[in-house]
This record gives sequence, structure tokens and C-alpha cells, in this order.
Amino acid sequence: MYKTLLFMPGNNPGMLVSSDVLGADAILIDLEDAVALNEKDAARILVVEYLNTFENKTDVFIRINPLDTPFFYDDLDAIIDANIEGVVLPKASVESMDALDKYLNEKNSDFKIIALIETSLGLEMAMEILSRSDKVMGVLLGAEDLTLDLGAKRTKESEEIAYARSKIIAVSKALQIEAIDTPFTDTDDYEGLKKDSLNAKDLGMTGKALISPRHVDIVNNVFAPSQKEIEHALRVVEGQKEAVEKGLGAFSLDGKMVDAPIIKRALNLLKMSGDYKEEYDELLK
Amino acid sequence: MAVISKMAKAGSVESNDILVMISPGDGKIDIEVESIVYNQYGDDIKKTILDTLEEEEVTDAKVIVNDKGALDFTIRARVKACVRRGSVQDV
Repeated sequence: MYKTLLFMPGNNPGMLVSSDVLGADAILIDLEDAVALNEKDAARILVVEYLNTFENKTDVFIRINPLDTPFFYDDLDAIIDANIEGVVLPKASVESMDALDKYLNEKNSDFKIIALIETSLGLEMAMEILSRSDKVMGVLLGAEDLTLDLGAKRTKESEEIAYARSKIIAVSKALQIEAIDTPFTDTDDYEGLKKDSLNAKDLGMTGKALISPRHVDIVNNVFAPSQKEIEHALRVVEGQKEAVEKGLGAFSLDGKMVDAPIIKRALNLLKMSGDYKEEYDELLK
Repeated sequence: MAVISKMAKAGSVESNDILVMISPGDGKIDIEVESIVYNQYGDDIKKTILDTLEEEEVTDAKVIVNDKGALDFTIRARVKACVRRGSVQDV
């Protein structure tokens, strides 16, 4: 699960070179908004040369241009053989998801897809869009374009995207994919970033996209489970293992009843912390 | 073979980048390099440009570059972009 996904402009060689050492869980190389219209060709070539030269330790996704631009298939043709995890599909719609899924299947590609929901229609059709391809591993909320589409004022408090966040989270949980929050765009407001990230995490987001390398550590810390949370989750899991051995359906821990939702939450937390073991797969069966 | 038929440029003079300009040559490859690291890497930069032109099957071009500390992958990418922008493909 990715806590931090850092956008990197696709036509900036200096930033591409540094991207692997900035501490983010994933890098989102951008061929869309960060690249001028007359530089799309050069950015594609640069990104491919970069990926052919360096072996990244960090998982890499590439944000391609939307289906309704002349660049969608050119981008895909350029990156299809690159050593990356997958693509970020901007302005995701039923049509663009179908087109991307068809293209990847025709090329026998195992690229994963992160769908960027950033239009009001996309938001309302999120379940339909995200169900179109089994390659979808995450959904990213794009609040800047979405609020523009909604005619809403974008604020740091983000009350205007409360509905969108909750909708994205609900759909992502239903489909068991990652819910990735929109970037915090004030690169110098670290307190605001922390507050915004905590809010997103408390609502159920599993990670956050970032536009500044300086945001990585703060957001990693917010989304990483605390030692106390990890210890509690491990106690829940151990308790469940014991209950299964004894043939019990539920058990109590610290005087509180532990049942399936609590066990599932503990297992999810251990997946995020890296403490998950394969043997835990059996615990919810 | 790629034939350079018009002047084209790619890249920038930002740090870590290189600005490459290409134009039709006079029957051979001619390369002019200006670089902040010319004394240390001038010959390597020329070699990377030559190798990339050979890979792109360009045999006749004038290339002028202004390098701001670009790594090889950037030099290759900018030369390729320049060739594609300035050429007609002649099979």
C-alpha cells in the first residue's frame, strides 16, 4: 500500500534523477499537466531514456495524457515496454478506462492502473468506471480539477471536497483498491499539510499524492501506523489465532469484544506497517 | 536514414539539462559544444551526441549544444527529440 505518491514533471531531467531518493513509496511521472503542449514529444523520450538508464527502487507510475487529447496513444506507445508499475489515467471515464484496458490487454501488459477521478461525472460514476478493469489498483482524487468542474471554491479546509473524499473512499473499500487523496498544493504550509493529511487518513484514505518532495516525510509519518497501533493490531491477531484454535467465534481483548471488522482493521494496519504475514490470510476464513 | 531538413531544437538551459540545436549539415556531422563542465566531460558529451546520431541514422547535420550538466540519458533524449523534430524519415 502506498502512503506517499510523489508527482515528478516528466520533462525535468534533474527532478527525474533525484526522484528515487526522496522517500516516497511511489513516483508518479507526469506527462500531462506538468508538460507544455509543445514539449510532449521531448518529455516522452526523456522519460523513456531515464527509465532505460536507471533501475528505480521506488515503484514508478506514469500519468499519461487524457483520452480526448492527441497524446493518449502516443504516450502509451512510448512507455509500453518501460519497467514501471503502471499508469495513472487522468479524467477517468468509462470510455477512457475501456480504451486503456483494451490497449493494455492487446499488448499483454501487466501494468496496473490508478484512476484519477477529477470531474463531477467521473465522481458520480466512480463505481462503474473503476469496475471496468481488473487492472485498477487504486483511485486518486483530483480535487483541483474537480472543484473547477463543480464551480466550488477550493480552500485549505477542504470542506468543499468532503463528499468527494467520502465517495471515493466508499467506492475504493467496496472494490478493495487503494484510496489516494488529492495533493495539498501549498508547498510551504507544513502545518496545513499535516492537518489535511490527518483528515484524509481519518476519513479512510490509504495514502496521499504529493506535488512537493518536501511533503514526503510529513505525509509518510501521518499515514504510517504508530508503534502503539501496530502492537495493538498484533495482539488482536494473536488473540484471533487463539480463538480459532479454541473454536471460538469472537473473543475479548482489554474488556472489549473483538469480532470480524476489528480483526480486518488490524490486518489492514499490519499490511500498511509491513508486519503482515501470509499465515494471517487464514484468520478471516 | 533520418535526413535533417530544417532547424530544430530540444531541451533547455536549466540545470541538469542541455539545449540541443540541429540543422542541415554540409555533408558531414559537425558538433559544437558549450558546457559548464567542458574541461572534464567535453569529449564524453561529443561522443554521446555522435553515438545517438548514429543510432538515429543521421549522417549529415550541424549540432550546437549548450550543456548545463546533463547526464548521458538527458543528452541522448534531447538529441533524439531534436532529430525527430528536424527530420523527414527517408526509408
